[in-house]
Amino acid sequence: MPHIALPEGLPGITSAFAYRPETAKPMRELAEVLLRGPSTPSSGEREMIAAFVSAKNECEFCHASHRAAAAHHLVGNYELVDAVRRDPLTAPITNKLKALLAIAGKVQQGGKHVTGSDIEHARAEGASDLEIHDAVLIAAAFCMYNRYVDGLAAFTPTDPALYDQMGERMAKDGYARRG
Amino acid sequence: MPHISLPENLPGIRGPMAFRPETATPLNELADVLLRGPSTLSRGERELIATVVSSQNDCRYCQTIHGAIAAHHLGGNEALVIQVKADSERAAISDKLKALLVIAGKTAEGGKRVTAEDVERARQQGATDLEIHDTVLIAALFCMCNRYVDGLATWAPDDPAFYRARAALVAEHGYASATLQPATAHVQG
Repeated sequence: MPHIALPEGLPGITSAFAYRPETAKPMRELAEVLLRGPSTPSSGEREMIAAFVSAKNECEFCHASHRAAAAHHLVGNYELVDAVRRDPLTAPITNKLKALLAIAGKVQQGGKHVTGSDIEHARAEGASDLEIHDAVLIAAAFCMYNRYVDGLAAFTPTDPALYDQMGERMAKDGYARRG
Repeated sequence: MPHISLPENLPGIRGPMAFRPETATPLNELADVLLRGPSTLSRGERELIATVVSSQNDCRYCQTIHGAIAAHHLGGNEALVIQVKADSERAAISDKLKALLVIAGKTAEGGKRVTAEDVERARQQGATDLEIHDTVLIAALFCMCNRYVDGLATWAPDDPAFYRARAALVAEHGYASATLQPATAHVQG
């Protein structure tokens, strides 16, 4: 049961978005720019950062939906997304993404946890200032989305098929308001 | 020294916002709706929620600037802001705001920390669903902003006069518009 009277039948953050469209609009736009905007790393890699941070925050809805979105960007490769969640260092991803995930993990704990050597490491693996900026902001943004969903106790479906469909739409159509 | 090359002379979140205007636009819009838009919570009360969460997250820039904006909206009552940060339960604020600050504090620890009892207490003190929603989202928003500001190691001025002048500007113009004000505006303050 959600803590407040959110519209029924809508999963997770979409019920809170429907409840308060004024705040939903910029929150959707932020996700669109950060996860699907024209930048690097790829959308699949950025969705993996989102899923990774959501898993650390133990937000099941955000983790399951962004895990599925990442997988759909990566032509259905759930195994890779799950390997990253378990341990980015041993997952078959680029060293640059590993370094960006390390920064994201520190941001999740608290901004001050990010050290000069974390940044230096990411730079040595080829990360640009913009990529470092976006990794920090994606991690920070999911510390918001995750708390929003769980702080309202929004409805969290358990059916994996539902998340798979959701992830496909997120990867294909994005986050800007539809309809 | 910030971790990346940010425009100089812009403290706190304003450096990264100038660095990346595409993300600054929705961030400012969200802050304007939540902290300044039509609401049954006063702007001063909402800025107090932002300040308490930023203090809990130990973000110096955010708690100082939002504390200054809160004080500005509360008739310049800086003592009240200090009191609320130190011990909101004993501060001279409404019982409803005290209950909402508990929800905000729990949200900052982690969304699942918010209990039905916390929400029930707020309801008993007269809080509406929308006020509870906005409290959770303001707290969540500052868990983002605080991490954004400190995760990039942005700098924060020491002079309280800077924050008072900037607060007056934000209180008058709002977050989106104040972003466009010249960086040196505080010098005149």
